[in-house]
Amino acid sequence: MNNSVGTTGRLLWAGLRALLVLTVVCGVLYPLAVTGIAQVAFPGRANGSEVTDASGRVVGSELIGQTYDLPLKEGEETAAPDLKWFQPRPSNGLGSNSVNTQYSIILSGATNRSGDNADLIQWVKDAKAAVVEDNSTADYKVKPSDVPADAVTSSGSGLDPHISPEYAKLQVHRIAEVNELDVKAVDKLVADHTEGRILGFIGEPRVNVLQLNIALKQLVTAKG
Amino acid sequence: MSPVLAGALQLLALLVALGLSYRPLGDHMARVYSSERHLRVEKWIYKGIGANPSVEMRWPAYLRGVLAFSAVSVLFLYLLQRVQGSLPGSLGFVSIDPDQAFNTAASFVANTNWQSYYGEQAMGHVVQTGGLAVQNFLSAAVGIAVAVALVRGFARSRTGELGNFWSDLVRGTVRILLPISVIGALVLVACGAIQNFAGIHEVGQFTGGSQQWNGGAVASQEVIKELGTNGGGYFNANSSHPFENPDGLSNLFEIYLILVIPFALTRTFGRMVGSLRQGYAILGTMAAIWLGFTALMMWTEFAHHGPAFDLAGGAMEGKETRFGIGGSSIFAVATTLTSTGAVNSFHSSYTGFGGGITMLGMQLGEIAPGGVGSGLYGMLIMAIIAVFIAGLMVGRTPEYLGKKIGTREIKFAACYILITPALVLGFTAVAMALNTPSNSMTNSGAHGFSEILYAYTSGANNNGSAFAGLNADTQWFNSTIGIAMLLGRFLPMVFVLALAGSLAEQTPVPETAGTLRTEKPLFTGLLVGTILIITGLTYFPALALGPLAEGLAA
Repeated sequence: MNNSVGTTGRLLWAGLRALLVLTVVCGVLYPLAVTGIAQVAFPGRANGSEVTDASGRVVGSELIGQTYDLPLKEGEETAAPDLKWFQPRPSNGLGSNSVNTQYSIILSGATNRSGDNADLIQWVKDAKAAVVEDNSTADYKVKPSDVPADAVTSSGSGLDPHISPEYAKLQVHRIAEVNELDVKAVDKLVADHTEGRILGFIGEPRVNVLQLNIALKQLVTAKG
Repeated sequence: MSPVLAGALQLLALLVALGLSYRPLGDHMARVYSSERHLRVEKWIYKGIGANPSVEMRWPAYLRGVLAFSAVSVLFLYLLQRVQGSLPGSLGFVSIDPDQAFNTAASFVANTNWQSYYGEQAMGHVVQTGGLAVQNFLSAAVGIAVAVALVRGFARSRTGELGNFWSDLVRGTVRILLPISVIGALVLVACGAIQNFAGIHEVGQFTGGSQQWNGGAVASQEVIKELGTNGGGYFNANSSHPFENPDGLSNLFEIYLILVIPFALTRTFGRMVGSLRQGYAILGTMAAIWLGFTALMMWTEFAHHGPAFDLAGGAMEGKETRFGIGGSSIFAVATTLTSTGAVNSFHSSYTGFGGGITMLGMQLGEIAPGGVGSGLYGMLIMAIIAVFIAGLMVGRTPEYLGKKIGTREIKFAACYILITPALVLGFTAVAMALNTPSNSMTNSGAHGFSEILYAYTSGANNNGSAFAGLNADTQWFNSTIGIAMLLGRFLPMVFVLALAGSLAEQTPVPETAGTLRTEKPLFTGLLVGTILIITGLTYFPALALGPLAEGLAA
């Protein structure tokens, strides 16, 4: 009996030593080596692909979606979108800190609603109605069937930095009207910021909303 | 180009990449586990462990090594989370509660990576990089070690010796997982994944104000999370988070990482048992199921049946623009047919049938191609069952790879097959019968039932993905899923190693005209049929109540 306790003890001791040694290799040396190389070879990428505007101010990350809203008014629960800027996808799945409230880290996430969920059906209906209304101008009427799926659904991360080229094009007339720009100029802006599939078949065509809005701001400023 | 065609081309590109790696990686792994030589760095590690890597172990000793190492790992990871609040480098995050710390420790050591915590607001650098990511390597290396022990059981005769656990563990980590991870992590950083040790910091926004981000060693954890079929995300949104999976290329690369070792292990198997064609038969079975499932998934997601999707004009809820339907569907199938459970889109918002496909993928036992190691041994157990069924048909004692499949062997295989369904269906039934667990559901009706069925399917099969509407951070789910993950991982290993020991003691029987040719396509067909029938009979009633009911209503 004593003997088997001793054997088990020795085995667990060996297990602990193995774990500690391998933790040094895989949990200290490996991440430090990768970080070292990454920081030298791709410093911008490794630190979050930050983007600056024309004035050199950091305005976010190329990879992380933002909201382009008006300041929250009294009595409002959610801020209204600022229609001057191109709007991103909805992000109903985003959460806020609930564990460590000294921070206000955005909690990435999806809605996890199923296709037959009443909330999701209502969200899609509301979003569609809003997209149709917001983007219809005096001489440009948006039909509900024109609205692409990404404009009325939340992404997986809630931080999707992109919208589909269809959704960007749909917003062109509104953007031109609100900013008093030529429709053709805004059209060109969207075309210039539309990225195709990588190598022609990997991923999907998309428009980076932050990059597009930075360019739009320049256009508005240039017009005076 | 239409999205459907682009999706098909991405699948084709994946096939080509996997095909190109198959021979070199499979042969490399066979050499790693057959070589007599120890690298210098490995000798240092053995000195640190205090183990002699050249001592052969019989199955009980091998199993004791697996269990002792894993037990110590669970305890260590548990304690690390419990004291997080007092450790430097924790970004000010507090210690994790006991039930959640147990769940997470069990989850990462069992190669499951079920997460009831929110990555970006619960775990600091020390726990993520020094605890969780370490188990991503080690639980994967343990899985491959057990598979290799079973392969040695087939390859060896009249000995009962299965190799040395410490040597297999260290070699798998040092010679296979680490080198691929270093290169892979840099590829991901080049695409845009972050890799730094910054604290929580403010970054300006376009319309003014700022966002708070946490930095982290994300790329280095992301790569082993996929390569080791682990799946636990640095961030709550897992591989849909742009810092984990920045573009279409990184997405395809991550799917490749998930699949590359499980598929190549069939070549390692063929090499080690001395017949590459036996390996190809197993590969063919895995590939047929994987491609079939992927095609079905693309079909149902592009067809997008379901009230909300019909209204929106596409099943884009829970999916990222840069991946689209195609890149999301391929990922979802790869992650649930292996033990990965990483997600780049949220399975709960898939169509009814799409959600069912992810669940069925796990319920097959994750063998097509399955988790690293666990996929191969799971498939070999199925092959034994298939050989047994064929033997019953012709009234002949079945044999596989020259080994007789007698009473003892078939008992071990049967016990293996029964464990996971017993855990999944048992726990689901109990959870549905109680009041408190169902309070955690986000959706009601058939989908609500699916959330709970998915949770135990994912836990017991060591997958780790979720119908994440379920609020799983309750004492009930933390405890029961934690137990399901540990039993679902280590009980099957007991039977695999016992079987391996029994096979290795046998004297091989010579091949005769009456021997079932297990390297032929006929056997691959039989094997696919066996897998589908066994899984179907086990899970059909439960699936009918959940995803099938939802899918047919849409």
